[in-house]
Amino acid sequence: MSQMSFIEIDKVKKTYKTGVTAIHDLSLNIEKGEFVFIIGPTGCGKSTLIKMLYREEKPDKGTITIGGINVCKLRNGKVYKVRRKIAVVFQDFKLLNKLTVYENVAFALEIFGLPNSEIHAKVLKSLELVGLKSKAKSYPNQLSGGEQQRVAIARAIVNEPRLLICDEPTGNLDENTSMEIMKVLESISSMGTTIIMVTHDTDIVNKLKKRTILLDSGRIVKDYKEGEYVHESI
Amino acid sequence: MFMKVFRIFGRNIRDAFKSVFRNFSLSLASIACIIITLIVVSIAMILSFNVNNFTDKVEKEMTIVAFLDRDVTLERIEEIKDEINIVNYIENFSFQDKMEISESMMESSTDYRMFLEKYTTRETNPLLDTFHIKVTDINKIEEVANELSKIENVNSVKYGEGMVEQLVKTFDVVKNISYGVVIALVIVTAFLISNTIKITIFSRKREIEIMRLVGASNLNIKIPFIFEGLFLGVLGSVVPILVTIIGYDALYKQFNGQVISPFIQLKVPLPFTYNISIVLLCIGVVVGMYGSWRAVRKYLKI
Repeated sequence: MSQMSFIEIDKVKKTYKTGVTAIHDLSLNIEKGEFVFIIGPTGCGKSTLIKMLYREEKPDKGTITIGGINVCKLRNGKVYKVRRKIAVVFQDFKLLNKLTVYENVAFALEIFGLPNSEIHAKVLKSLELVGLKSKAKSYPNQLSGGEQQRVAIARAIVNEPRLLICDEPTGNLDENTSMEIMKVLESISSMGTTIIMVTHDTDIVNKLKKRTILLDSGRIVKDYKEGEYVHESI
Repeated sequence: MFMKVFRIFGRNIRDAFKSVFRNFSLSLASIACIIITLIVVSIAMILSFNVNNFTDKVEKEMTIVAFLDRDVTLERIEEIKDEINIVNYIENFSFQDKMEISESMMESSTDYRMFLEKYTTRETNPLLDTFHIKVTDINKIEEVANELSKIENVNSVKYGEGMVEQLVKTFDVVKNISYGVVIALVIVTAFLISNTIKITIFSRKREIEIMRLVGASNLNIKIPFIFEGLFLGVLGSVVPILVTIIGYDALYKQFNGQVISPFIQLKVPLPFTYNISIVLLCIGVVVGMYGSWRAVRKYLKI
């Protein structure tokens, strides 16, 4: 056998209690440092797939290994161990409105008991990367949607995760703002972080020309290599 | 490692403190609930302890009176003292010479004086030498009385037979009921407070969700909430403590320390109210922490 990939999804199946099978026998390998888009129509299983990656859901069959850890075998009480290596960005940002931008980002570090000086340096570095250093003292609801998403990304990367999962991060944003977010993500990718992004926005996929996985009805329809995917829009 | 734990701990306390104020309206709901229930608990405790104080006092006042034969000699009295000493359950006893008794009776009324003046010697004195005996356990009073009556030259023994047993039984029932009420109230309070806190934490489901997302362990999430519960408990018990200390003192002064008759004495405010305050604080803190812990647990997948 060849060397293990960073993420190995092996014959995974997931059926919800309602009887809906979201993922059928899906296998997929993702290498370290890759930037992968997952696209497909609504209800094709995209969200279920990434939820299983950050262990919000458990597959019924098959195994998921991330960086050598079998995620499926983790008990609920130990999930945090994976979460510290994987960061997730959502469509609805999931920021705490009662905390400032700085506090929102620092939140992810404080639980590790780092000294304040180190937290300060890391948070500022992270905010600088997303271009929001000047808004550190603002509250989330004083920011635009794009800025809020950048705060969420800053929080996600402050801990230097090995994998960044983005669940439609541009879903609520207009075209220009979306491209700003994508630039931020690309720069994070260039630093070696593996990124998996679920999206509906085929324009973004077309422009970035990354590996693209098309899902439908819980199966992989096509795995496009970098630059292969061209959306057949009219 | 130590520094790390220390920092996490410090931050938890800071965050707990912040969130009490950031979620002020909800905190206020919890605090109000704690205040009201603790005041009720405080009142119940004050009542219960006062009732018990009264019954204890009455029980302590219960005395067995042993009358000796009229012709008993002073030497024999000394022997009887030794014999009483070996009877079980006796707290203390005192001897009253019949000459002393007649002295004090003559002082108390001229009628007695007219009658008793003629008897000036031990031999002629018509009264009886008496022992007053206090028992350590009121339930053993009958047993002790029986033992005492067996002693030679003890003429008769009186302790308010029948009435005493009845009184002790009634007091026991009253005591048990009052303890039961206090315990029931504490349990209800715990339930009420923990439910209120649970409702307030429900609104912070999102916060817990995000904490989980950024890699907080269950303990990381729980500890700040438990500290928050502790703060709520402390803040909530301040008012009941003040009400207890100031209120009871005022009440005590108002009634001059007694209710209805001098027979029913109130407990002296200090340190009584301080003790109750400590109990209130403990209930507040423990119940606050427990409530928070129970509430958070619901949102953690364990």
